[in-house]
Amino acid sequence: MKPFIYHRARTLQDMPDGATIIAGGTNLLDLMKHEVTTPGSLVDISHLDLNRIEPEGDGLRIGALVRNSDLAADPVIRRDYPVLSRALLAGASGQLRNMATTGGNLMQRTRCPYFYDLRTPCNKRAPGTGCAALGGIIRNHAIFGASADCIATYPGDMAVALSALDAEVEIAGPNPRRVRVADFHLLPGNTPHVETRLQPGEIITAVILPAPVKGEQRYRKVRDRASFAFALVSVAVVITMTDGRITRVALACGSVAAKPWRDPECEAALIGHAPSDALFEQAANLMLRAASGHVGPAFKIPLLRRTLIATLRDATGLEPAP
Amino acid sequence: MQISLHINGSLRDVYVDPRTTLIDALRDHLGLTGTKKGCDHGQCGACTVLVDGRRINACLTLACMAQDSEVTTIEGLGTSDALSPLQTQFLNDDGFQCGFCTPGQICSATAMLGEMAAGWPSHASDSLSGPFLLSHAEIAERMSGNLCRCAAYSNIIEAIQNAAHAEGSSGDAP
Repeated sequence: MKPFIYHRARTLQDMPDGATIIAGGTNLLDLMKHEVTTPGSLVDISHLDLNRIEPEGDGLRIGALVRNSDLAADPVIRRDYPVLSRALLAGASGQLRNMATTGGNLMQRTRCPYFYDLRTPCNKRAPGTGCAALGGIIRNHAIFGASADCIATYPGDMAVALSALDAEVEIAGPNPRRVRVADFHLLPGNTPHVETRLQPGEIITAVILPAPVKGEQRYRKVRDRASFAFALVSVAVVITMTDGRITRVALACGSVAAKPWRDPECEAALIGHAPSDALFEQAANLMLRAASGHVGPAFKIPLLRRTLIATLRDATGLEPAP
Repeated sequence: MQISLHINGSLRDVYVDPRTTLIDALRDHLGLTGTKKGCDHGQCGACTVLVDGRRINACLTLACMAQDSEVTTIEGLGTSDALSPLQTQFLNDDGFQCGFCTPGQICSATAMLGEMAAGWPSHASDSLSGPFLLSHAEIAERMSGNLCRCAAYSNIIEAIQNAAHAEGSSGDAP
């Protein structure tokens, strides 16, 4: 690890210029040990008063420092936003969830092995050096939204559920604002090192959940082993049925792009219809029409198709839960 | 930098480089070598300790970040004259072979049983609202942050179940 100056912040204003924020530290310290990230100055925000879950309008305001374990176990989250509990519980380990925070989880970096390997070029780690993954050995990489400069994915589970719930990120700084989680992460384009809409000098203070939606919510994660592994693909669905027809649906797919992947056309195609295998096949065709099959991650195309259809069948009662 | 850590009921002053992780402070600066350093990247769980009663990976926390918190290590859970229920049961049920992962397993299981008593669900739970039983599947999921290279898992699970039943905790064997 490279040397750094450590400062514990007492207030939101108590932020040294240019310091890298540390909260749970589970991702940042790992990256610092690998020297993928070498901040000269760390500001520890873990003692700021941002760790409450409280009502906000008809929804909820989740402080940026609420730990993943507390969020997953919160009675109101479990009752009204079960897809969020399920996504959190499907991620990491009990120890890591006790440390990881809501804001930090949104900011976690990709697990592309070339990003971690200092001996190889990586446009995300060292802009302009090239991408060793494209042309290298790849597997758990993007099938949507990749560019000629980067094919890495955003690896998390929580943001996939938040995207399907139409949650917003509350940002403090010179330009305070809210950004939809669905718009918070950026596709790589020719600037893969710019991963989110958060600007230097800004900080996430909360995630805002809108009023709960009636209906069913599911999070289905497919991975190489049954626990403590990143997703190969995942699907979050929030769906409402009225008189046997789908009247509202949000679908977000994880580990398939640099952001939780939503497709408005796919969602629109489901509205007004009764659930059926033919309908879900059609939705999967729409979702996957933009998929690009680089040889390594191409297995995710049929995997996502089956996972999407199975999750929709489960959520609409077309088949019992597995 | 000079820091003060509350460890196993004592306040310990220690001078560390800011880069020092909690695991290195415990082992190299404070002589508390019960906590083991395995992967040093949060993947194996050998370094699991309790911070304010919660299990965490001591390798992914800076020692300076643990100031003002109460740290409990395996040395603080029991003594050779007064073992904790889980320590006793790991011995009775052969919940280990080489023993390297055992301090982390026992710290993790101690907090895990507390999480179950608090009604926390897991990925293996059929319902988010419970009931949460101490089944093989629940324990395997809740303990997945602790690896055992000897693969003593079946006896680890049995030891946790038996310790919980000896304590009269909620939950039933499968």
